Amino acid sequence: MSILDQTACQVRDALRRGEVSALDVTDACLAAIERLEPAVHAFASTAPDAARARAARLDRRRDAGEDVGLLAGLPLAVKDNMATADGLPTACGSNILRTWHAPYDAHVVERLLAEGAVIVGKTNMDEFAMGSSTEHSCFGPTRNPWDTDRVPGGSSGGSAAAVAARMVPVALGSDTGGSIRQPASLCSVVGLKPTYGRVSRYGLVAFASSLDQIGPVTRTVGDAALLLQAVAGHDPRDSTSAAETDAPVPDYLAALEEPVEPLRIGVPKEFFGEGLDEEVERVVRDAVAACEGLGAEVVEVALPHATDYAIAAYYLVAPSEASSNLARYDGVHYGRRSGEAADVIDMVMRSRSEGFGDEVKRRIMLGTFALSSGYYDAYYKKALKVRRLVRQDFDAAFEKVDCIMGPTSPTAAFRLGERLDDPLAMYLSDLFTVGASMAAIAGVSVPAGFTEAGLPVGLQILSGVFTEDRLLRIARMLERETHLAGRRPPVCEESA
Amino acid sequence: MSAADPIPTIGMEVHLHLATRTKMFCPCAVEYDAPPNTRVCPVCLGMPGVLPVMNERAVELAVRMALGLGCRIPDFAKWDRKHYYYPDLPKNYQISEYDEPLGLGGRLDVELDGETFRVGITRVHLEEDAGKLVHAEDGSNASVVDLNRAGTPLLEIVSEPDIHSARQARAYGEALRQLAVYLGVGHCNMQLGQMRFEPNISLRIGEGAGGVPRYTPITEIKNLNSFRSVERACEFEIARHRDELAADPEGYTLETLGKSTRGWRDDRGVSFLQRSKEEAHDYRYFPEPDLVPLAPAREWVARVRASVPELPADRRRRFVEAYGLPESDAAVLTADRRVADFFEDAVRLHEQNKQVTPKTVANWVMQDVMRILNEENIGISELRLTAGQLAETIGIVAQGLVSRETGSELLAKVRATGEPAGSINVRQVVEDYNLAQTSDAGELEQVVDAVIAENPDAARQFADGVDKAVGRLIGLAKKKTAGKANPKVVRDLLVRKLRGS
Repeated sequence: MSILDQTACQVRDALRRGEVSALDVTDACLAAIERLEPAVHAFASTAPDAARARAARLDRRRDAGEDVGLLAGLPLAVKDNMATADGLPTACGSNILRTWHAPYDAHVVERLLAEGAVIVGKTNMDEFAMGSSTEHSCFGPTRNPWDTDRVPGGSSGGSAAAVAARMVPVALGSDTGGSIRQPASLCSVVGLKPTYGRVSRYGLVAFASSLDQIGPVTRTVGDAALLLQAVAGHDPRDSTSAAETDAPVPDYLAALEEPVEPLRIGVPKEFFGEGLDEEVERVVRDAVAACEGLGAEVVEVALPHATDYAIAAYYLVAPSEASSNLARYDGVHYGRRSGEAADVIDMVMRSRSEGFGDEVKRRIMLGTFALSSGYYDAYYKKALKVRRLVRQDFDAAFEKVDCIMGPTSPTAAFRLGERLDDPLAMYLSDLFTVGASMAAIAGVSVPAGFTEAGLPVGLQILSGVFTEDRLLRIARMLERETHLAGRRPPVCEESA
Repeated sequence: MSAADPIPTIGMEVHLHLATRTKMFCPCAVEYDAPPNTRVCPVCLGMPGVLPVMNERAVELAVRMALGLGCRIPDFAKWDRKHYYYPDLPKNYQISEYDEPLGLGGRLDVELDGETFRVGITRVHLEEDAGKLVHAEDGSNASVVDLNRAGTPLLEIVSEPDIHSARQARAYGEALRQLAVYLGVGHCNMQLGQMRFEPNISLRIGEGAGGVPRYTPITEIKNLNSFRSVERACEFEIARHRDELAADPEGYTLETLGKSTRGWRDDRGVSFLQRSKEEAHDYRYFPEPDLVPLAPAREWVARVRASVPELPADRRRRFVEAYGLPESDAAVLTADRRVADFFEDAVRLHEQNKQVTPKTVANWVMQDVMRILNEENIGISELRLTAGQLAETIGIVAQGLVSRETGSELLAKVRATGEPAGSINVRQVVEDYNLAQTSDAGELEQVVDAVIAENPDAARQFADGVDKAVGRLIGLAKKKTAGKANPKVVRDLLVRKLRGS
């Protein structure tokens, strides 16, 4: 059995005890990446030499008796939209940033390095995190390790696929409308979107600033707790990150094994309506029933605005913010500049036309339209009102229940190319995840089972703001029942 | 339409740099003479993934200025993004405050030709400045970008259209500058571009149907950076509007032509069209999601209010009422806050002294202190003379220990010692330099006798009732004593002797 079949927590403990070296684990990751990458293509870039050098350095420090941090030399990957100063580009899956090297580290990268992580590479993603399939990338699509003809979900599909295929023990993703949870569901891994403000966005290349949040993509709930522990907390460089006095960071691992008792689970009928695949529904209902079997009480709750209205509003708010955030890519200061421009306006237009992909252009146009004079009130402002209603729905629900359960994605993994020409169908991949994003609450997708065809199905669990500790404990209850974390995807067997 | 003469109607947008050490949203230094692109960081360069963090000092200074203008500080203000593409704007949007600014509804009283006019302040808000485009020096037609200025805290003050002439526009700008400097809000150095003006000009051309006023189209002149150009540009535009109106009295109106933006060529003294109404930008404002809204706590605003010094106009009024100074003296003394402080400190030291009135102190400050400041082109902090030393000098002169003229010399001696200001004892200097005047009647009687003897015609003139002669004799007596003769004592002696003779 490979060291990579162990959980990150187990590897971390072995590293701490000196039973294995950071270099050994890093080499195992690099070997797995080399073996599996042709089939999966989970990475935008890797840094084998730098990773090995850093691992060796951490080993020397630990041998000298030094405490090298919470992660103790654990190799991992971060999504390609998190700034890394050292060696690796930060391309966001976009031609416009393909060769751009950030001169600074993102807050999460700083935290990971301070806690002794080894960053082996940056994971592939939909361009600027816009997409639900990881097909919209200048590096080409990532494939689902459970069926390489299918997508891994997106936009953190690279992170989900890399973790599912055991190329790295854990990875960071980012979630704007479901970009951690949906690929986690499609790849049978754990994907946690923390409460907005739990993790600093400093150095996360912005897609939609009021929604973007960084979170862990892991194989087990315990690993998610470990990785969240490493990156959560206030950062004075992000004015929207929660102050320590308002929301102190708890010890996520301490009480993880303690079940939440009594547990009241809310099941909203809006999450089981039209568009939900029957097999997905069955797996999710079985998972809820399993929780009931553990003594939980299941009640119906109403979230009238959290799906249809939320997704309509989301596709105004997110593109509006994106149209603003992406205005800076003009070829003037950094990134791709078109070579054959007549004047500065021409240069900006050509640089953007050549640098951005179709989906990004589509959203920039949507957002530009929604913010334009005369339409602002009808679109952007109304969308903000809907957003408040979504939040009120969840607030009311959490008065009655500890968490809400439902499907993460309406369907299991779809085939590559299947939704590329149908943006609306692609947008509906986020139907059940955007609600929590709009409400800025915490949500996690945990593996719940498989379809007949062997495709993973995730269960989404949502809880109130800054209740990640409780959310993880609930997820852990289910994980103990399903025993899914040990299951290996076919791609690992095929190429073993 | 009435036949009345069209009335120029001008509202002004003024931008000024706040006197902060660091930029609006990052820790980069605000410096004006640094080499290009050396006062920059990922945040003010607008790099991917960076986030702005608000400079609290800038907010404090902005609120201080707003309070100085009598604005209301709302409990809630927020940041917005204003979008436009320009190579000196790294993010291609500017962080500003759109519909909920931090100051609303103030006023500024401005004096011009002895009259006061009031300009309403619509709003005061904070934003970030852009960088600069510079033409490359390599002979190509390329431009290069310097982003040292990008992100500098900028205060925008928008006035009501209460200004009715080019000279009023200039006076308003000057009054605003004086206030900003007075409050320590900005340095307002015009050469450094720390203050910029954008007048919005139109002519009121009487009333249309239902008594609604009619106007010529509004033209906004961008980026004027001197008082002189404000006045000239307004003059030019007013004349241009009159010409256009004369050529097309029905068509040249705000309803038909809207608002346009013009630039100003200072060398040629003309304005030129930059953007017509049709080309107006859609800035696509929306709330800045990277910053939390400003919610100035009432107690905090109260603390800022308490720190706002008395405003120039209020102080001028008080100087007239409390010290009995002429209006003109009060105006001169309050033009610079530190000069006014200096004056008041000196007055306070003579509060119990009936011999020294505030008017006496005012004369000393205006005739001696301000003359030195002007001649040496220095600020009062470089004067090397304290208010206490001035007060003591005034007291010594009032007692008759030294003459008024010697008093000025005494100030020069105190300043010239090179010792730290305040450590010099003025009376010691009088002794060291033997500056005390002679008031001893016995000693002076001999001098007076000698002067009369040497000037028999002067004595005769006095007898003939020509009082002027006394002045000449006093001068001669002073000369004989190397300036030390107390002129009052000499005069008494002279009059007694000449009358008696």
